[in-house]
Amino acid sequence: MSTPVPAVRAPGADTEAVQVATRVLGRGTRLPGWFVILWRNGKCRLGLLMLAGFVLVAIFAPVIGRYDPRDDDFDTSAGPSAAHWLGTTALGEDVFAQLVFGARTSLVVGIAAGLLCTVIGLVVGLTAGYLGGWLDEVLSFFINLGLVVPALPLMVTLAAYSPVRGLTLIILVISVTGWAYGARIKRSQIITLRTRDYITAARFAGDRTARIIAHEIVPNMTSLIVVGFMGAALGAIGGEAGLAFLGLGDPQTVSWGTMLNQASLGGALLSGQWAWLIAPGAALALLITSFTLINFGIDALSNPHLRED
Amino acid sequence: MLYFVRRFAFFVATLWAAVTLNFLIPRLQPGDPAEAIVSRLAGRNEAIDPAQVRAVRIMLGAPDGSLLEQYVQYLGAVARGDFGVSYSYFPYSVTHMIGQTLLWTVILVGVTQVISFVVGTLLGTWAAYRRNSRVDSIITLGSTFLGTLPFFWLALLLIYVFAITLRWFPERGGYGGGSTPGWSWLFVSDAIQHSVLPATALLITGPIGWIIGMRNNMVQSLGEDHARLALARGLPRRRIALTYGARLAILPNVTGFAIALGGILGGTVLVESVFNYPGMGRLLLEAVSNRDFPLMQAIFLFTTIGVLVANFLADVLYGVLDPRVRRAEST
Repeated sequence: MSTPVPAVRAPGADTEAVQVATRVLGRGTRLPGWFVILWRNGKCRLGLLMLAGFVLVAIFAPVIGRYDPRDDDFDTSAGPSAAHWLGTTALGEDVFAQLVFGARTSLVVGIAAGLLCTVIGLVVGLTAGYLGGWLDEVLSFFINLGLVVPALPLMVTLAAYSPVRGLTLIILVISVTGWAYGARIKRSQIITLRTRDYITAARFAGDRTARIIAHEIVPNMTSLIVVGFMGAALGAIGGEAGLAFLGLGDPQTVSWGTMLNQASLGGALLSGQWAWLIAPGAALALLITSFTLINFGIDALSNPHLRED
Repeated sequence: MLYFVRRFAFFVATLWAAVTLNFLIPRLQPGDPAEAIVSRLAGRNEAIDPAQVRAVRIMLGAPDGSLLEQYVQYLGAVARGDFGVSYSYFPYSVTHMIGQTLLWTVILVGVTQVISFVVGTLLGTWAAYRRNSRVDSIITLGSTFLGTLPFFWLALLLIYVFAITLRWFPERGGYGGGSTPGWSWLFVSDAIQHSVLPATALLITGPIGWIIGMRNNMVQSLGEDHARLALARGLPRRRIALTYGARLAILPNVTGFAIALGGILGGTVLVESVFNYPGMGRLLLEAVSNRDFPLMQAIFLFTTIGVLVANFLADVLYGVLDPRVRRAEST
């Protein structure tokens, strides 16, 4: 493992690289170092721009969408027109408005479930990896159990029992099934960090375990944690779309998964409403692509060889 | 030896945990699913065997008896393979329903998994052999791009193009309305016709993981000392790639394959839902929408046990194939 770069705090070469990069950039010297590295990676920049686009669409959804996504006063199953850019659903809702509001759902689920998975994974991985012993054995068992239990059937089963299928439930179900992978990676990373000299030094200096973890270990795992978050968010976005497509999503929320579910049930295939069918899937694919592209840059953050300076 | 003992212990422990999880999930929910089912069974005015009611109670929780008593009863029922009666397919038992659908899923997903593995491993090997060439970037970028496409959306597009617009293949289902299931040529060819689109959908996304995994492993193993020594000795590049690179790199993929085969039942929910394919995944969704809890529970348990068994076999296989793992665990 090369020295990961926790923002500007890291001593030595990486800080220099960041400073050089910042200088070469010639402006915006106030930008944080990690952002400069991400931005200088062409793939990552594209991904960041795409993600920013999705975030803007999600924030300004009511303005951009023009209609209420649940308003079903329009013609049913209409093709694209000036009034309805992507046509209307079988119930007479505006497809474009649904598409725009769907960005909100995907981002909210991605961020919330991604954060939850990361926190659970971090706590379990840290405890298991740092403390070791029987606690590690027990926690590792649960990590491995979480890895082998098939996620989608578990999600379906959990969602099926719940009387109310709100977005919170979806987020919880996804997090319960998706934390283990990150926990395993964090655990093995901590095991390699634990025996480093500077950790031993901190321990001999009398630092408490909590302080060592917070100040010595976590900063050195920043990129791993961010990559883990991105992966978990990606999985959560896909998971939500899948559940919603299967008809197990939150019926009150408009999401790309429910849109595809309704397009499939509402005869978009038979009536030839390609816009209704293609738009949600393409949006989903673009959002996933933007996350994948950003991950290229985050890899560069932890591995200086991959940087495009 | 210790390695195999430890793997077996883990298998037994996870099996127990999965069975217990299956016991706890319905009991953690508010309300009483068993009560709902029993009353619905009674509401049908059909003769209910008290034994069936009891079976439902054992699987889903009875208001009488302590949790521990219920647990012991439940373990006994699972050991006997008694999962009760299906609510939506009354009076068939849950095991009967699963047996009806199992073969469809196993054939469709099993065949596509094998093809995906072979194709993916070959493409990954090729990309690694020609690493940093145009072939490599086409293969890696292409599979990364395909990997971002939502699977069920791809499947819908396939239906739209090949079933509805071009009418080359039937749209949905596992066999036509005219044919009766059996091992006649007519039925088998009809079933194959119906399986083309679902299989295509699975084959588009299936090899991606194997390609990326194989390529990255092989690039790494070709960079190791023994491969570089072979190069220095003047061995042909192709031979180095196959016997020094691929042979090592395929190890994680082989065990991954065993796990993927076990995951057949889990990964099939989406494809069977889109194509309305008469397999276990669709049965699970039907069970969910009919609130047929005994059926749902049993399918979840079957799926999990399948994955656990495959996982255990993969671990054993890995230990046999790669002595380093055995040694690492022994020290």
